[in-house]
Amino acid sequence: MSAQSLLPARWPVPGVFVALVLTVAIGGLVVAVDGGQLFHQATVVSLLHVAAGLGLVAVGQTLVIVGGSLDLSVAYLISLSTLVAAETMNGSDGAVLPAVGLALTVSAGVGLLNGLLVTRFRINAFIATLGVGLLLKGYLDNGYDGPAGVTAPTLVRTLGYQRIGPVPLSFLLLVAVTAAAWFTLARTRFGHHLVAVGGDPEVARLSGVRNDRVLVTAHVLCSLCAGLAGIYLASRLGAGAPRVGTEGLYDLESIAAVVLGGTALAGGRGGVAGTVGGVLLLASIDAIFNQLEVDAFFKQVIRGAVIIAAVAVYARRALRRGRS
Amino acid sequence: MADPRPRPLLALRGIGKSFLGVRVLADVDLDLGPGEVHAVVGENGAGKSTLMKIVSGGYPPDEGSVVFNNERRAFRGPRDAQRAGIGIIHQEFNLLPERTVAENVYLGHEPLRRGLVDRREMLDRTSQLLASVGAAALPADARVGRLGVAQQQIVEIAKALALDARLLIMDEPTAALADHEVALLYGLVRRLQQRGIGLLYVSHRLTEVFDLADRITVLKDGRRVTTVPTADTTPDELVRHMVGRELSSYYPDRAAPDDLGPVRLTVRDGGNRKLHGVRLELRAGEVLGVGGLQGSGRSALARALFGVAPFSTGHVTLDGRPVRLRSPRAALRAGIAYVTEDRKGEGIVARQSVLDNALLASRSMGRAWSRRAARSVRIRNLLAAVDVRAAGYDQEIRFLSGGNQQKVVLARWLALNPRIVLFDEPTRGIDVGAKSAIHALVRRLARAGAAVLMISSDLPELLGMSDRILVMREGRIAGELPAGATEEDVVALAVGTARETVA
Repeated sequence: MSAQSLLPARWPVPGVFVALVLTVAIGGLVVAVDGGQLFHQATVVSLLHVAAGLGLVAVGQTLVIVGGSLDLSVAYLISLSTLVAAETMNGSDGAVLPAVGLALTVSAGVGLLNGLLVTRFRINAFIATLGVGLLLKGYLDNGYDGPAGVTAPTLVRTLGYQRIGPVPLSFLLLVAVTAAAWFTLARTRFGHHLVAVGGDPEVARLSGVRNDRVLVTAHVLCSLCAGLAGIYLASRLGAGAPRVGTEGLYDLESIAAVVLGGTALAGGRGGVAGTVGGVLLLASIDAIFNQLEVDAFFKQVIRGAVIIAAVAVYARRALRRGRS
Repeated sequence: MADPRPRPLLALRGIGKSFLGVRVLADVDLDLGPGEVHAVVGENGAGKSTLMKIVSGGYPPDEGSVVFNNERRAFRGPRDAQRAGIGIIHQEFNLLPERTVAENVYLGHEPLRRGLVDRREMLDRTSQLLASVGAAALPADARVGRLGVAQQQIVEIAKALALDARLLIMDEPTAALADHEVALLYGLVRRLQQRGIGLLYVSHRLTEVFDLADRITVLKDGRRVTTVPTADTTPDELVRHMVGRELSSYYPDRAAPDDLGPVRLTVRDGGNRKLHGVRLELRAGEVLGVGGLQGSGRSALARALFGVAPFSTGHVTLDGRPVRLRSPRAALRAGIAYVTEDRKGEGIVARQSVLDNALLASRSMGRAWSRRAARSVRIRNLLAAVDVRAAGYDQEIRFLSGGNQQKVVLARWLALNPRIVLFDEPTRGIDVGAKSAIHALVRRLARAGAAVLMISSDLPELLGMSDRILVMREGRIAGELPAGATEEDVVALAVGTARETVA
């Protein structure tokens, strides 16, 4: 019984925020030397817009990953959601509410399907959600060659482009969703049970947690977040876009952001605050390289290296923790 | 059975249970009063764990009745038993290392205020619970992964108490504890007793049983041998109750003195995290039996010799020359083969064919350009020689019986002409007929000049097969017994009631 083990747990600041500050500082310097300006209003605004879209997806992704699951269908669901929203609105401001409602309902349905496949049919989450994603892809490829529908002008003006100072409305939406998700994890029974299911399903089950119900709920929430991201992208683009989700690599990028944020891919540890840090880190790297006009392929290489380095750091930390 | 106590907390009557036609419990009675510590002792496989699982809702009994709090109960699962007030502390803790003490204690029934988890209340109540078991120093907001084993055990107990447990089952609670932590546990048990909680205490360690228990029930081969007040018995008497049965099967003849070859393997002062000061000699042509309780270091010894979890201290020699067995591959090169205890997990590749399984080691150790056809013919001959019964050698091995799977594993190692073969529970889960075939094969290996080390929990097998027996306890060699030793001798060494004999 060491003295150290008697100290109350201190939850360390996720390392991702340190990395974020360093990246922005060094990046800003490099860009300045290059003759550019990272902290220019236009750059910051575009960075926050990128972060808003990815962030909404990644916060949802965090919920399923904390629960020990995964969602690979989000990219296709985002595209579907842009189409459902834009086509229902068809340019009419009066149809905003029904359109948003319909897009979210469809998303919740997809999440329910994912959740049931993972829990009731015991299909590995990787396979189940990939399968559902491919189902959606089939529908999208079959029905759409290009953009369809028109987003209501009000929504484009507000959610798409309006901002307060340099902060876009969409980023505030992300902040609100993140706060809600944080609150859910920290202060509701569902949140506690979700972390427990991800940590050790057997322990959770023996403690009276209804694992299946918890995981299905997490999947529905994750898909709702993806649906929301779709609505935002539709407002941004002014139309439904059948490839926007896959071209934006929202599936893998969202998982990368979650992992960068310190959430264990196996579940049971982590949270949404770190994820937002991961999203901002990815978005900052993007912005810096855009400013430097670096080759797109090289940019991908750097992103890959950052993700691998982050995971290696976490793995070492987990190893140390396991030994102590 | 006449019960001196007016109202037992728990009364088991005529409990019976079978798995796949094998009877593991028959006609077991047991009573436990409030505030009583009732120890349940017996050899490995005597049925203790099954009985505890029946009480805690893990399995339904096939026969008999469970009466708890004067009410006949048929628990539908562990949760059902928990709600009724029966908690179980497993050897392996059911805790989430990434969560705080309070979050673990109240998992599944977090206190709510206006629909939200009331953290303040959760922490307060947890602190009170911890204080009530004398662990006020343990912070309720500490992350469980940072706690020591003893503290985690306290958290487990608090978790059970948070559900108002009236009966606590402790399954080998001291197995993972250091000596000074055991004293803490003793204090804790006393406090629980004072609160009127009944304790079922399963342990191999007789010292503890005599220190703590009010009554002791001895199980053997799934039956209750006796229940005695602790004051009326002695450790020696208990050991006699725990063993003592007739040899029920025949074993091949032991090695004659001239069958024994030179010393093949020696270990001096071998140690690692699980082993201490291990010293042994293994001769060509002999079967050296290794006995001891679960967790006494028997498998750790085999794993050390095979390089899975190597010795970190000490010296090993093979045929007189020092060797370093740092990995399974190094051990295989040195001519050591290992037939693992966990056949399904480590012994066979379930979805590959009989032939592929038999060829596994030859392929990985053989020269890449060796003639495949010749190898295949050789292995087919071996499979036939060990009498593997399969529809064909192309059949997936998972469809074979346990005994035939084990024969395939044997053929795999025989193909390498090993000089030393380590067997860990070679006949576990194998039917009687195939058992004697395996026994004959083990002996044939020794006759052919291999040195055999055989770990077994099956006492008749250990006594019937071995030319000498080493008994392990707490990571050390507790003593050596010659052929012709009795079950009492082995058990006495294994539980530590006998004086150490010189190995």
